[in-house]
Amino acid sequence: MSEEREPVTRIVTPVRVEYTYTPGVASERFLRGVREGKLLGAACDSCGRVYIPSRGACPRCATSTSEFRELSDKGTVITFCVVRVPAENIDVELPYCTANILLDGADISFTGLIQGCPFEEVRIGMRVQAAWKPESEWGFGIGNIEHFAPIDEPDVPFAKLKEYS
Amino acid sequence: MAEHAAVIGIGQTDFDAKRLDVSQVGLIREAAERALADAELDWKDIDAVVVGKAPDMFEGVMMPELFLAEALGGVGKPMLRVHTAGSVGGSTAIVAASLVQSGVHERVLTVAYEKQSESNAMWALSIKMPFTPTMVAGAGGFFAPLIRGYMERSGAPEDTGIRVALKDRLNALKNPVAHLKLPDVSFEMIQNSPMLWDPVRYLETCPSSDGACALVIGNEKHARAASNPPAWIHATNMKTEPTMFAGRDQVMPRAGLECSAELYKKAGISDPRKEIDCAEIYVPFSWFEPMWMENLHFAPLNQGWQMTYEGATALDGDLPVNMSGGVLSTNAIGASGMVRFAEAAMQVRGQAGEHQVDGAKKALGHAYGGGSQYFSMWIVADQPLQ
Amino acid sequence: MRDVAIVSYAQTPYVRSERHRNEVEMLMPIIDEVVTKSGITRQDIGFTCSGSTDYLAGQCFSFVMAVDAVGAWPPIKESHVEMDGAWALYEAWIKIQCGEVDSALIFSFGRSSMGETAETLTLQTDPYTMAPLGPDAISMAALQARSGLDAGLYSERDLAEVAARNRRNALTNPEAQLAGEFDVDALLEAPYRVSPLRDHDCPPVTDGAAAMVIATADVARNASSKPVWIRGIDHRLDCHQLGSRDLTRSPSTELAGQKAGVGTGKIDIAELHAPFTHQEIILKNALGLDDDVRINPSGGALAANPMMSAGLARIGEASRQIAGGAAERAVAHATSGPCLQQNLVCVLEG
Repeated sequence: MSEEREPVTRIVTPVRVEYTYTPGVASERFLRGVREGKLLGAACDSCGRVYIPSRGACPRCATSTSEFRELSDKGTVITFCVVRVPAENIDVELPYCTANILLDGADISFTGLIQGCPFEEVRIGMRVQAAWKPESEWGFGIGNIEHFAPIDEPDVPFAKLKEYS
Repeated sequence: MAEHAAVIGIGQTDFDAKRLDVSQVGLIREAAERALADAELDWKDIDAVVVGKAPDMFEGVMMPELFLAEALGGVGKPMLRVHTAGSVGGSTAIVAASLVQSGVHERVLTVAYEKQSESNAMWALSIKMPFTPTMVAGAGGFFAPLIRGYMERSGAPEDTGIRVALKDRLNALKNPVAHLKLPDVSFEMIQNSPMLWDPVRYLETCPSSDGACALVIGNEKHARAASNPPAWIHATNMKTEPTMFAGRDQVMPRAGLECSAELYKKAGISDPRKEIDCAEIYVPFSWFEPMWMENLHFAPLNQGWQMTYEGATALDGDLPVNMSGGVLSTNAIGASGMVRFAEAAMQVRGQAGEHQVDGAKKALGHAYGGGSQYFSMWIVADQPLQ
Repeated sequence: MRDVAIVSYAQTPYVRSERHRNEVEMLMPIIDEVVTKSGITRQDIGFTCSGSTDYLAGQCFSFVMAVDAVGAWPPIKESHVEMDGAWALYEAWIKIQCGEVDSALIFSFGRSSMGETAETLTLQTDPYTMAPLGPDAISMAALQARSGLDAGLYSERDLAEVAARNRRNALTNPEAQLAGEFDVDALLEAPYRVSPLRDHDCPPVTDGAAAMVIATADVARNASSKPVWIRGIDHRLDCHQLGSRDLTRSPSTELAGQKAGVGTGKIDIAELHAPFTHQEIILKNALGLDDDVRINPSGGALAANPMMSAGLARIGEASRQIAGGAAERAVAHATSGPCLQQNLVCVLEG
């Protein structure tokens, strides 16, 4: 064993762990809605604020969100960014614009893709509406909405949105 | 507090993108041995060990502190493992300090680390959850919209972030263990670097590093007996708020505002801008410097950018910020919070070498994590709190 | 040291698979229950600490969502350990000892049913020398069981008796998952699962969560039930490599037991976190428990083994025994890591 050898610096040990995921009661309700093209918000039993999608609780009250109601698929851009770097979990062609969108009737924004206008025109306060995939492609997922596109409505002033940013 | 506590030993590894010369064992030993040497202590002098790191999937080992038990001198001792997202390095130091402040232990070793090069952290962060295809492209994709929100509110000049990045990158050149060093860095180089998550440019973001940081925290008896000067812990604080809820201000989180206000109160500080000599804070994207200046009550709301712009946060400014080069230069995720806390302690011990702030007597260490929802902070000083 | 008491404890029903509720939905009712019973308002709870692991959920930062169940608004002082909830209790107890806070909420949770727990635990072993060999949790426990059998410390019949007693005890525990009368001879006729372990020697796969509120004497007075005092709490670690350990003993439990003061008075009951039958015997010896100590009146981890909560549940179940008047002094134990690598011991009194 006197011969000089290169040190071992790396071994590869592949690991595979499988999980069976279930989303929870409230998320399941949301997913069943979106399967039918409905955006179901859920109101907090305590403060009444409307979550979409609800994960089962209003985090500020730690109370269930048991009253579901259908929301509009129109909303307002709260803030946005243009992504020019790839991420492993996203299969959208670069660059693309994502925005935090506040749906009408909701009290919390969620993230969606913005298409249908040049990036330079995307702005805080811009009104948008969901562009749905063809009904035949709908499944249990928010992916049923392909993207959000601008609509011809006046911008919402920033002062009215600050609370949601 | 039942007992005063002080940092009596500090050790950091050399940070690099891939530390292929060491295993996880070698990495944590490098930091821990440097901290023990600084404290002039041996493994047998340590009563308990506290380990911190970010998600286990970053290395592919579940609760890795268990296999690191022997290397950390933990056999026969109490060992805790903390995980509070990006703030974990700070929280870990705070838990270690509390073991001493409670009077339960006299000398505690705490180590925080990350060795992403051993697994695939990008994969771990982007596991596809069924039903919910995410549109958020990593941390940058999450934080860039918040930065845009801050720009909208504050009206800060668009080059504020570039100025922060330039300052931190110049500071890193003075720090021997910093990971990313760009000797010929300039305003133009940063300005011309690719836009990744508009409005965030490549050179305004943090790298991904392998590395570890270790501290030895001792009680008053051991702090007074140490031959190197101790950094006395005046106050610590942690605060959390939920990630997403209706009406949450993600740009200026209340958890951070309250965490720092309570921290100053505990430390007897009434005017933080005046009384704190320097601050090492968690800035993974350049724009978070001005945002946190406001969140930490160093500047009025919407005016934090002025501090950057006027050079107040430069190494020779009135409140130097991120003397080490910051997270923008070195980011071993799980260790990053503790590196901030360690830099604050190094400053008040007069140990910071080329990036030393002259006469620093009181310093802030700060870390945050999750969706700007976990905060941990401490104030350290060259004298014990009266 | 400040006197600290457990003022309330609650756990979910322990089940094989919680298919409908997510972690937040599991936690909300029990957190609400312990806070209500504590007589402390949510805003007045000084500190919150939770225990969980990402590898059960199969995603990074899985503990972050759990904050939704707490009502962290206004923001709260909060921490999290990537450990069983028993260690979250320890961190909270330390926080109270610092004099910084007077009360704390502790909780832990996990849905083992989502993954393959025994195989997932392989990832807990040394990634360079052990994990590549693929030892699962049951095989490692079997190695440990074999070393005790060969040393003549117990027989396979002794192990079956441990299983039968725990599952008989579980008959009185409405939240237990596996309960019933089992004939020891019949159990011994079953084939080995991983020799020398049979199915009855192994824990069930369990989903569940647990929550607890602790407080100092002044604050504990408002609680709806009798405070149960934490008289000693300590935890210790053994080395990791199975080959470097005497697997027939648990030195870290012995040490933690001494530090926690187990031997300073008579113990009425013990709740031992022994997922495998032989481990109960090892722990009983390590803690020096007499034969008249009632072990695992709840049925223990053999009746329900909610990963990340099973240790906190032992402390909670022991506190229930004292609060209910069935015991004056109890010892509770939690474990983590392969073959009882890390152990926490807590002494409780009425």
